[in-house]
Amino acid sequence: MKQPNSVPASELVLRETASQTAGPYVHIGLALAAAGNPVRDEEIWNEMARPEAEGEHIEVVGTVIDGNGDLVRDAFIEAWQADSRGDYQPEYDLKKPFNSFGRTATTFDRGSEFILKTVKPGSVKTADGQTMAPHINVTLFARGVNIHLHTRLYFEDEAEANAHCPVLNRVESPVRRQTLIAKREEEGGRVRYRLDIKLQGEGETVFFDF
Amino acid sequence: MTHHDKRFVQRDRDWHPPAYAPGYKTTVARSPNQALVSLMKPSASELTGPDFRTLRMGPHDNDLLLNFREGKGQDGLPIGERIIMFGRVIDQFGKPVPHTLVEMWQANAGGRYRHKKDAYLAPLDPNFGGVGRTLTDEQGWYRFRTIKPGPYPWPNDVNSWRPAHIHVSVMGPAISTRLITQMYFEGDPLIPICPIVNTLKDRDAVETMIGRLDIARSNSMDCLAYRFDLVVRGELQTYFENQ
Repeated sequence: MKQPNSVPASELVLRETASQTAGPYVHIGLALAAAGNPVRDEEIWNEMARPEAEGEHIEVVGTVIDGNGDLVRDAFIEAWQADSRGDYQPEYDLKKPFNSFGRTATTFDRGSEFILKTVKPGSVKTADGQTMAPHINVTLFARGVNIHLHTRLYFEDEAEANAHCPVLNRVESPVRRQTLIAKREEEGGRVRYRLDIKLQGEGETVFFDF
Repeated sequence: MTHHDKRFVQRDRDWHPPAYAPGYKTTVARSPNQALVSLMKPSASELTGPDFRTLRMGPHDNDLLLNFREGKGQDGLPIGERIIMFGRVIDQFGKPVPHTLVEMWQANAGGRYRHKKDAYLAPLDPNFGGVGRTLTDEQGWYRFRTIKPGPYPWPNDVNSWRPAHIHVSVMGPAISTRLITQMYFEGDPLIPICPIVNTLKDRDAVETMIGRLDIARSNSMDCLAYRFDLVVRGELQTYFENQ
């Protein structure tokens, strides 16, 4: 046992296990259907809201684009969002109408879009009581991504709330804030929000550290 | 007012591999150029996360020797070295992380993944899928039974090979602790020449990804055991008045 106070305090804190890319075959582990493999009885996937869930039902779609402007077809994405009242529901239970957590992936099909079926989240407060605009927290993994990237998806039709969101306002460049705002589309009564995630270069998406 | 102030130890981004690591060529066009935007005061959006205790798992979800043949009327076992992969999920302060989701996936003994995009000439194993998941117990322990995956070539340099590895995904208590890594096998000569391993600048960081042979926990006449502990970001709580 080490004598108390005999070593620098930093040495008493373990180092995190290092990250490695999820690689091109992430689907076999975390998105079985996308790998073309049989699924288990319960999978964590992209239907976060069942029809009876409270709130405005929406689809969230988009692509992931690399620094050459090409589609990233092997990205794996996790979503974490509040319910329509602005509360996170940590308990993941497929029997519940709504789950705060979901997974999706871009595809090998031509459009290569990810899709989440969810409800529009309510707004969540920061620890010191400021109101954040409604948002979905997005984590992205892919081949060639050594450590996952965190971003957020905000909603175009929440302009007033977006203008006052303390997190959006942490992004110094107003132009860059726009990279987080999904565009609203309506088609046959279905509401869809679209956000393309640009990993690098012109229009590069804002990624967060926290 | 007394304020419940939870946060996690800052992630050391010099310890983890950088986004841009040209020796691993795919990072070149997939790494952001702009700086990450730091959130100094994380909110529930970052400090909470899913709890999978109610996810219904199959009886062999953590047993890759058996879980692919289920429901297929097959009774064969996968080819390869039978191993137990086990360990603890703890945080940076050594505190166990109970009931957290640990998922893993891997190639078969020949180095081939059961994935529609893997066209390596090593054959698929009809008795091996290559995916597992489990929850840690009260003390943070997890356990899988599987076969040791094979190394395989991949297009990076003219002749690049991945060391034998198992991909490991851990949730931890919050979105902030989310981590995906790879477990390598102690003593594998491909580790020091792997472009993906070498995205890490610090050799001590590489050591955190090495599964160690644990002969004591191996089963006689059955399988070897490899121990792989996972450390996720440490949680801090402060209860001081916030003014």
